[in-house]
Amino acid sequence: MKRWNREKVFDVVITVIMLLVALAFLLPLLNVLACSFSSPEKVVAGEVGLFPVEFTVRGYQEVFANDSLMRGFLNTLFYTFLGTVIQVTLQMLCAYPLSRPDFKGRKFLNIFLTLTMFISGGMIPTYLLISNLGMLDTIWAIIIPGCVSVFNIIVIRTYMQNSIPAELQEAARIDGCGDFQIFLRVVLPLCRPILFVMVLYAIVGYWNNYFNALLYIQSTDLYPLQRVLQDMLVTNSGSLGAGDPNLQEQLKYVTIIVSSLPLLVIYPFFQKYFEKGVVMGGVKG
Amino acid sequence: MANISTKLSERDLIRKPKARSLWSKWGITLFLMALPTIVYVFIFHYLPLEGLIISFKDYNSFQGIWGSPWTEMGGFKHFHTFVTAPNFWTLVKNTLVLSVLSIVFNSTLPILYALFLNEVRFKWAKKTVQIIMYAPYFISTVVMVGILFVLFRADTGSITKILVTLGFEGSSAMSNPKAFVAIYIISGLWQGLGWWSIVYMGSLANVDPNLHDAAKIDGAGRLRRIFSVNFPSILPLAIIMLIMSIGNILNVGFEKVYLMYTPGNSVASEIISTYVYRISFPDYGLPQFSYATAIGLFNSVINIIILVTANFISKKVSDNSLW
Repeated sequence: MKRWNREKVFDVVITVIMLLVALAFLLPLLNVLACSFSSPEKVVAGEVGLFPVEFTVRGYQEVFANDSLMRGFLNTLFYTFLGTVIQVTLQMLCAYPLSRPDFKGRKFLNIFLTLTMFISGGMIPTYLLISNLGMLDTIWAIIIPGCVSVFNIIVIRTYMQNSIPAELQEAARIDGCGDFQIFLRVVLPLCRPILFVMVLYAIVGYWNNYFNALLYIQSTDLYPLQRVLQDMLVTNSGSLGAGDPNLQEQLKYVTIIVSSLPLLVIYPFFQKYFEKGVVMGGVKG
Repeated sequence: MANISTKLSERDLIRKPKARSLWSKWGITLFLMALPTIVYVFIFHYLPLEGLIISFKDYNSFQGIWGSPWTEMGGFKHFHTFVTAPNFWTLVKNTLVLSVLSIVFNSTLPILYALFLNEVRFKWAKKTVQIIMYAPYFISTVVMVGILFVLFRADTGSITKILVTLGFEGSSAMSNPKAFVAIYIISGLWQGLGWWSIVYMGSLANVDPNLHDAAKIDGAGRLRRIFSVNFPSILPLAIIMLIMSIGNILNVGFEKVYLMYTPGNSVASEIISTYVYRISFPDYGLPQFSYATAIGLFNSVINIIILVTANFISKKVSDNSLW
């Protein structure tokens, strides 16, 4: 009886502690959110805590009326869509042959891919290549470099090996399916969890990508959102709220919220999949 | 002709499996599926290796990678310049401090967090904690650094105000070299703690319940069982994760450090990769592509040596290894 009580106390205490930890992690975001709805003067004076002071949505109106930010938004939307389609397609297509024990080039392909996780040309050689390919300052310089992740391919392959029975594929073959049809009609539908994880990774990767634009893009017309944000949030050289330092500072909070919101809204829908997916990735390939 | 067609229909009638096409037999279809990625990896991962040659040359864009002249000292001039450069030890020290501390905190705290979260028995509470802790992971590096700049704004930033009441100065911590490492590590943990723990949560879910029952019979309490049953069962995974991060010891994330760089904190925030970028694409003056590539190559070689060593030691000591 006594022991049981102690267990119960432990349960309550640990739950309260973990909830407090989570709350602490949430505080910075709550503060940024509150500031985004507060008047610039109060924000700059440091008077905003967890609730808006002198509530206003002016910041949001300014942000949505800003051309460079909206262009960055649309560009990123486009890059994310196109990049995700290309990335996920290539990775799934390549993972399937690797998962087939009877694929002849399997061993070679494995080594060919895994080696790239340990050796790389580095910043300048890659830059020279992109330059020689004529990709500098085009949308392809944003979408293509870093598009395929060898690590992800290995994760998908492992998933295919472990969770799709070989008998099922054999049965499909007897029914007259070719390799590609087996992939399309049998393997892909069964890969839905890992497919969702890869889609999420791709979306997050492209939405948050900043490095490619920093290195390869000159034209502000092609800037993705993150590159525009760098000017506004970090180097203070953006066009937003120019002329009014208080407003400019407060608009940073709005920009932070607006640019992060899309991902913060979608990730909970993927939660049960990425929990599975990351665990799969931890499995030794 | 007629003969063949009757034969075929007979075969169909008794439902014998169709012969595998040659495409399938020789694996041509499978090969074609992998081909786009093979081409991609060859172009974007293997071709740049050719460019590494310029670290032994004085590259200029007119003569190209192969045409540019070799440097003195048998091609090793740039490596010699770097190793003897006045800022060499500062760069190495800054890089090592950031990476070693990152490894120490990023590979221990997520385990601790997972061990305790695993003890939360109320499903709603566990779910709530998890979903909140994942959120910062989805914030981009640029925005993360933007948040740091506003929270640490001189005098009135929300965190600056807390620091002032604790007796610190009111100037922005973002331009303080002493605060740089702490801000880097803590903000990294803020973003990654929940995410990095996923893999351990998955592993903890597979701990054999019999082990717990046995420990209970031996009179072990909850805390005791966390550290004597759960912890040992995720340790092998933790070691693999540790070796992987040690193998990346000199690959400190370029983006965040680059973005957090301010003239004020430059003493602590100039690391090898940001230096490579700055001399490659300087605001003023000529880009030093060859020198930058040499530094990058130097960096990767040391990384590989450290990875192989870490793997070797771990294999000897604990039987856990990457290969």
